[in-house]
Amino acid sequence: MTPVHTLVAKELRSYFVSPVVYVVGAVFLLIVGLLAYIYIVFTGAQAIQLMQVQGQAQINLNDLVFRNLFSSIRFILLLVLPILTMRLFAEEKKLRTFELLMTSPIGLNELVAGKFASVFLVFLGLLGLTGLIPLTLALFSDFDWNPVLTGYLGLILLGALFLSVGLLASALTENQVVAAFVSFGFLLFLWLLAGVGSLLGDTPAGQVISYVSFMDHYDHLVRGLIDTRDLVYFVSALFLMLFLTHRVVDSTKWK
Amino acid sequence: MIDVQQITKRYGQHTAIDRVTFSLAKGEVLAFLGPNGAGKTTTMRILTCFMPPTEGRASVAGFDCLEQPLEVKRRIGYLPETPPVYQELTVDEYLRFVGRLHGLAGTALTGSMSREIERLGLGSVRHRLIGNLSRGYRQRVGLAQALLHDPPVLILDEPTVGLDPKQIIEIRELIKSLAGSHSVILSTHILPEATAVCQRVVIINGGRIVAEDTPDRLSARLRHSEKIALILTRAPEDAQARLRRVEGILDVHANGPGGHFLLESELGKDVREDIARVAVTNNWGLIELKLISMTLEDVFLKLTRHEEELAQGSDSAQGLDLEVGSSKTGVSS
Repeated sequence: MTPVHTLVAKELRSYFVSPVVYVVGAVFLLIVGLLAYIYIVFTGAQAIQLMQVQGQAQINLNDLVFRNLFSSIRFILLLVLPILTMRLFAEEKKLRTFELLMTSPIGLNELVAGKFASVFLVFLGLLGLTGLIPLTLALFSDFDWNPVLTGYLGLILLGALFLSVGLLASALTENQVVAAFVSFGFLLFLWLLAGVGSLLGDTPAGQVISYVSFMDHYDHLVRGLIDTRDLVYFVSALFLMLFLTHRVVDSTKWK
Repeated sequence: MIDVQQITKRYGQHTAIDRVTFSLAKGEVLAFLGPNGAGKTTTMRILTCFMPPTEGRASVAGFDCLEQPLEVKRRIGYLPETPPVYQELTVDEYLRFVGRLHGLAGTALTGSMSREIERLGLGSVRHRLIGNLSRGYRQRVGLAQALLHDPPVLILDEPTVGLDPKQIIEIRELIKSLAGSHSVILSTHILPEATAVCQRVVIINGGRIVAEDTPDRLSARLRHSEKIALILTRAPEDAQARLRRVEGILDVHANGPGGHFLLESELGKDVREDIARVAVTNNWGLIELKLISMTLEDVFLKLTRHEEELAQGSDSAQGLDLEVGSSKTGVSS
């Protein structure tokens, strides 16, 4: 077992013996399920209306269900993921186990990678469970799988970004509530930057600000477009956050 | 095994440790003695590469703490002030995690785990969650963690805190048994502990080393007079005055009610026989006569108090800059 494996195994164990994952997971899945139900029923009602008026209906599930659903999950992730990441470093510092990690013969890269990988796996597990929604729908209807799959790719990239922001916030403090709130606030700020960007329109400043926000990049993926620029955005933002986390953890020893 | 040269650690304006220098040979057990906030934990954290010193160098087993921290960390077993345990893990899971962090695997890992579980008496709790264990057990799990990879150097920050008297004795025996094969630094503010397990004591106060020697020599060095405890059942009113007349006696104090006295005599002169003769011929009911050797506690208080006096003196005279050297000569004079 490499140090990263060891860390991941231990972190997963810690996640699953605490109620946090179960509560967060249950709430997340409940809300996503409820939203899916609402969109599907709404779409069904629209279909019936169209049938009555036109005698036939061509319903696009991709537009009416999945795009709405992916947009909503984005917001739920913003609320939920900081709760998953807040403990990663803050708890170690509070309970003084941080001293054990920092005096063990493992490198900082491995420590940060292990911490991130563990929470990312938990997130993938939760996201995987929402896959039941498209799978169930596929049994009863016809839709284009491609935008659904790119939407999921978008969710995975978006989630990774959110988690890395949360990891950084957790490294900055030993108070878990502060860590959660800082990551929530920062992500909301990134979100709202998209609004500022569109206000400024097609000016250079507007373009830069829009690029910094994750909104457009995610929207492209939800619409089924895979653009290298979007992938570069997510991957570089992720590595920037992990790098900053590395620096912050390293700097704790100088304090 | 450990070589510390002139390390200083500053937090902003505050100097936690100031030009601390000491070394430790293989197999030696050294106690760091000092009041709370003296800089013991800071020194240990520098040695374990948890934090770098502001100035100076520290090396463990020939590896520099700043330049080769991973090599140093591999060779150190560290028990911090608060045992670094995960409450949500069982003792077994926790030790397996720590062992793997140190690169142990397979039979080497299980072997080390059962050795430490046996050695620290954790057999009955190995499948219980650490969060549900008592303070004493957690402390022992912390020790097991430090010993698990059989490191040549052990750094134990107050290893017996939170243990009951029986466990304290067991842990001291354990530390003594490690001497010879392991180099151990332990910090404590419990003085008998230092006397009981260590070959060498470093007394640290206000971030500076104020004395360093064997426990015996430290107490001998600071003794200016012999002290004798005396209990008389039928002490007359003028007992103090008459005792004072015995040759070699410097001072006599009543030491509590009921004929308890504390006598001070000249250094190197045993006056017990004379006292006994006076007490017996006068029929004072002598029931106890005992030479009190100065305990490390007295040494410690004397040294730390001496430091404060010096600091206060120099405060008014020429500021705070106080040389370690001068305080040492001041002590031994």
